[in-house]
Amino acid sequence: MAGSNKTNITPPRWLLAELTYKCPLQCPYCSNPLDYAKHSDEISTEDWKRVLSEARKMGAVQLGFSGGEPLTRQDLAELVKHARELGYYSNLITSGYGLTEEKIIQLKEAGLDHIQVSIQASTQDLNDHLAGTESFEHKQEVARLVKKHGYPMVLCVVIHRENIHQMPEILAMAEELGADYLELANTQYYGWAHANRDLLLPTQEQFEQAEEIAQAFKKKVAGKMKIYYVVPDFYEDRPKACMNGWGTTFLTIAPDGVALPCHSARELPGLDCPNVNDYSISEIWHDSKAFNFFRGNEWMQEPCKSCDEKDKDFGGCRCQAYILTGDMYKTDPVCSKSPDRKVIQDAIDSARKSALSADEQPLIFRNSKNSKAY
Amino acid sequence: MHRLQWEEAQQKDVILYPEGMVELNQSSAEILKLCDGTRNLDQIVVDLEEKFATTGLKNDITSFLEVALKNGWIQQD
Repeated sequence: MAGSNKTNITPPRWLLAELTYKCPLQCPYCSNPLDYAKHSDEISTEDWKRVLSEARKMGAVQLGFSGGEPLTRQDLAELVKHARELGYYSNLITSGYGLTEEKIIQLKEAGLDHIQVSIQASTQDLNDHLAGTESFEHKQEVARLVKKHGYPMVLCVVIHRENIHQMPEILAMAEELGADYLELANTQYYGWAHANRDLLLPTQEQFEQAEEIAQAFKKKVAGKMKIYYVVPDFYEDRPKACMNGWGTTFLTIAPDGVALPCHSARELPGLDCPNVNDYSISEIWHDSKAFNFFRGNEWMQEPCKSCDEKDKDFGGCRCQAYILTGDMYKTDPVCSKSPDRKVIQDAIDSARKSALSADEQPLIFRNSKNSKAY
Repeated sequence: MHRLQWEEAQQKDVILYPEGMVELNQSSAEILKLCDGTRNLDQIVVDLEEKFATTGLKNDITSFLEVALKNGWIQQD
C-alpha cells in the first residue's frame, strides 16, 4: 500500500450512504460512476442498519442519504428512524422527484433533520432539459413543503455553462422559496461531468461574472440565508483539500456495499475497495488497503513532497490527478506548481472552443442506456 | 435548525446543522446549554459564576453569545 500511518487514524465524522444508483433524473453532470449500470446490486435494509450502527459507534455523526434518488428505496423511513435513534444528524439529498407531502411528514416523524432539494435551473425549460424529465414545478412545490413542515431548507443548484447565465434568477428563486441554505455547486469534473466537460465548463469570464453576483448576494442575505459556494477548481491556482484528507473524515458506502474514501474513488485502479458484506466498518476504516492508500503524506511525489502546503491541501484530489494525468500519485494538476498544469489550460481552451463552435456535440445524459456503453 | 449534542467518540459537545458541525470547548457548551429560553443574559452570568465559583464572566459570555447569535446557534426574541 502506498502510505500508512496507523498511529494517527482519526475516526470518521461524515457518512454518505448512497442507497441506490436508481434515479428518475438524467443529469449530465451526475457524480455517480459512468458504469453505474454494472453495479446494480443493493445491500439490504439490515445491512444498512448495521453500517449505520457501526459507523456511529466509531464517531460518524453527519449522515447523508443520497444516491441516485434515495426516495426510490422503500425502506428510507425505516433507515431514517434507525439513524435518529443512533443520534445522527441526517440529511436527505434528493431531486424531490417522488416526494409527496405525506412522505415529508412521515420522514419528519421518523426523525429526518433536513432535506436538500436540487433544482437544475431557474426556468422550467432548462431545468427539465438538464434533468431529462419534467420536474421543475414539482421541485418548487417540494421546496415549499419542506419549509412548511419545519425542516431547514437547503437548495442545491449545480452550476455549469448551461445555467451560469441564470445566476441572478437562481438567487432570486432561492430567496423566493425561502431557502435557509443555498449550495451553489460549481460542477466538479468527475464521472458524467468529465464526459460532458467541453459542454459544461464555463469560460473564465462567465465564472468571474457569476461569482461576483453570488458574492454580492451573499452579503445581502447574510444572517438570513447561508451560502455554500463550491469553487470550480479549474480556475484556482491551488487544489482543494479533497475530502479533508484521505481516510480522515469521510466514509462513503455505495449502493452495493462497497466502502469508498470518496464517492469517486471507485474509478481509481488497484485500491481493492472493501465491501461491507465482508468486513466491519472498523476493519474497513482502520485496516483496509483502500482507506490507508493515501493516508498521511508518505505516498507523495514532488512537487508535493517538499511543498510547505502539503498538510493544507494534501496534494489535492487523487481522482482528479488520475482522470487528468493517468497517474493517481501525481500532484493535482489544478496546482500551479504541478508540471501537468497544462492539462487544465487545455481543458479550458477545449471547452471555450466548443462553446464558440457552431456544431456542438449533444450532452450525454446519465441513464442506463448510456451507462452500459462504459 | 441546529442541534447541540454530546459526542461520546469525541468527548465533546457539538453543534450540528446542515452540512456542518462545530466542536465546542467546555465553556462554550456550558453557556449554550443555559440558552434554553427561560434565562436572560444576567441570569446566565449568575448561574455560571456560581457554578464555576468565579466572577467577571459577563464580558466573555456576552461576546460568545454575539458569535452564537450571528451563527444562528441561538435566537433572540
